[in-house]
Amino acid sequence: MNDAPLAVVLAENWNYLVVITLMMSGLFIVISRSNLVKKLVGLSIFQTSVFLFYISVGKVAGGTAPIITGDPDTLYSNPLPHVLILTAIVVGVATTALGLALVLRVYAAFGSIEEDEVLAMKAEDGFPLLRRAAGREDGE
Amino acid sequence: MSIYTLFNNLPALLVVVPLLLSPIATLIPSGRLAWVIALLGTGVSVIAAMLLCSVTASGIRITYFLGNWPPPWGIEFVVDGATSLTAMVMATLAFLATLFAGRALAAEIAAKDVGKAYAAWLLACGGLYGLVMTADAFNLFVFLEISALASVILIALGAGQDRRALIAAYNYLVIGAVGATFYVIGVGFIYAVTGSLNMADLAQRIPDVEAGSIIYVGFGFMVAGMLVKAAVFPVHIWLPAAYSYAPAAVSTLLAAIATKAAIYVLARIIFTVFGGVPEVTALALEWVVVPLSIAGIFLGTIMAIYERDLKKMLAFSSIAQIGYITLGMGIATGAGIAAGFIHIGNHALIKGGLFMAVGGIFLATGARVSVDSMAGIGRKMPVTAAAFLICGLSLIGLPLTAGFISKLYLVRALLDNDNLLIVGLVLASSALSVVYLWKIVEVMWVRSARVDAMEISERPALYIPLWLVAISNIWLGLDAGWLVGAAEAAAASLLGAGG
Repeated sequence: MNDAPLAVVLAENWNYLVVITLMMSGLFIVISRSNLVKKLVGLSIFQTSVFLFYISVGKVAGGTAPIITGDPDTLYSNPLPHVLILTAIVVGVATTALGLALVLRVYAAFGSIEEDEVLAMKAEDGFPLLRRAAGREDGE
Repeated sequence: MSIYTLFNNLPALLVVVPLLLSPIATLIPSGRLAWVIALLGTGVSVIAAMLLCSVTASGIRITYFLGNWPPPWGIEFVVDGATSLTAMVMATLAFLATLFAGRALAAEIAAKDVGKAYAAWLLACGGLYGLVMTADAFNLFVFLEISALASVILIALGAGQDRRALIAAYNYLVIGAVGATFYVIGVGFIYAVTGSLNMADLAQRIPDVEAGSIIYVGFGFMVAGMLVKAAVFPVHIWLPAAYSYAPAAVSTLLAAIATKAAIYVLARIIFTVFGGVPEVTALALEWVVVPLSIAGIFLGTIMAIYERDLKKMLAFSSIAQIGYITLGMGIATGAGIAAGFIHIGNHALIKGGLFMAVGGIFLATGARVSVDSMAGIGRKMPVTAAAFLICGLSLIGLPLTAGFISKLYLVRALLDNDNLLIVGLVLASSALSVVYLWKIVEVMWVRSARVDAMEISERPALYIPLWLVAISNIWLGLDAGWLVGAAEAAAASLLGAGG
């Protein structure tokens, strides 16, 4: 494989190119977007790219689905990575759900889901407890 | 079920009991009863961890096959000296934090949410214990996410007092998920070249892998992911907000045990899983872990000096203290790793105590605790303030406190290695930490203040767990034999298992 030209190597491993593209775009969205929902979208894309990576790794060239056929010569794909990803998908769904629930609460508390707006806002009129303490100070 | 069956299933019980009690806690309308269940769950874990400790103290390595499926098919729990010590420290501190939470959590969140809060609390504890016990690289990810999602819920509960808790929780969720996914990518690479997920199996197969660069890539992803979870500088950014806006009891729990589990996993990966390829790990330790630890120690301390808000100050100081632990582990000698484990235990006690004290002051005065609002607290709340002082002195590393033992062994390990420069840096940073603690001590006792006019009562439910922690700080400072012995055994088992 090392002797083949780069383009051929890349074409033969196009599934990994998809993984890398998705992974980088997902991570970039998480870092660069200020909108809290878009960040979660990016996170999901990032996690999905890893799922695809595992699934690609588990596929054996020419292998069939790992269900016993009775024929001893059958070539099976490796089922373990696929099962792992089943677990990881559940974890990913839970993460996204919890994240979206938090975004709802952020919107209720701040009236915005843009991170920079929220961060700018919280110093001004955020915290009832601190204001109460400050009020006590003014009274003296 | 005979007593032997119970005893044989101890490694599983430690993890499963809190996890199983968690859904029960959600069903209970009474917050008080939910607290009793949480106490029961964490209490059982303490007993299980103690028994495991007593078994591993004689050098025995316990293996437990979940569902009786032997590896490599099934998931395995392995308990050796390092595991049982970390589990013991975490279980004890989780129990004390639960004791403290009885009054603190109920005071800070809506009554109808208390039961559910304890459900998340137990999930977080169970997840963190699982993280330490498991010997399966992928199962570790599952426990990592269980504990992370539960911690996010707990942090977000602080929104009742300060809405910034929501942003802190959100950021922890996203950054934590990215970290965990990095770890999974790393596991994927390693699985692709070794075909195994069992840590002991991996340790044997990794040195034989011919495609060396994949090992580097996989190792890098796994370590980077765990560094995020352990809040090692510069990927600590989620920690200060998360700890300072969470409810007082939650800050105590997370500060005492959450990052410790991640550091333990980091040590496990570096020294056990990749123990057979020292050229890979040495590169990471020398050029990543040690420099980042030292940077974290200094920047954490300096940020703590300039911080006025007390919980945030403690959180910054946590970053510095995590730096001491990873520095010890980073020099990768038996003495260094032992120093790291000693400080895992001592820092859990120190930070647990300090967060409890600040939580107690917050609940008594009803205002966010800043350096200025601490004025006069020493006279108004003498019991809490005295315990705060003990834990604070232990943080600096004064002789006769637990913190001194940590620094002593860390410096000794560094001297063995002829790292005179690093020794100087450690001592200088300890001196710097006096600055921010003295600032608090001064206002607590010296400065007169407006709290003098206030009616403040100290509640035994809040200061009894605090004093238990403070007394342990002194006790471990006077008689460190047990902890040092256990830490040295832990280091030996980590290094031995990989060799």
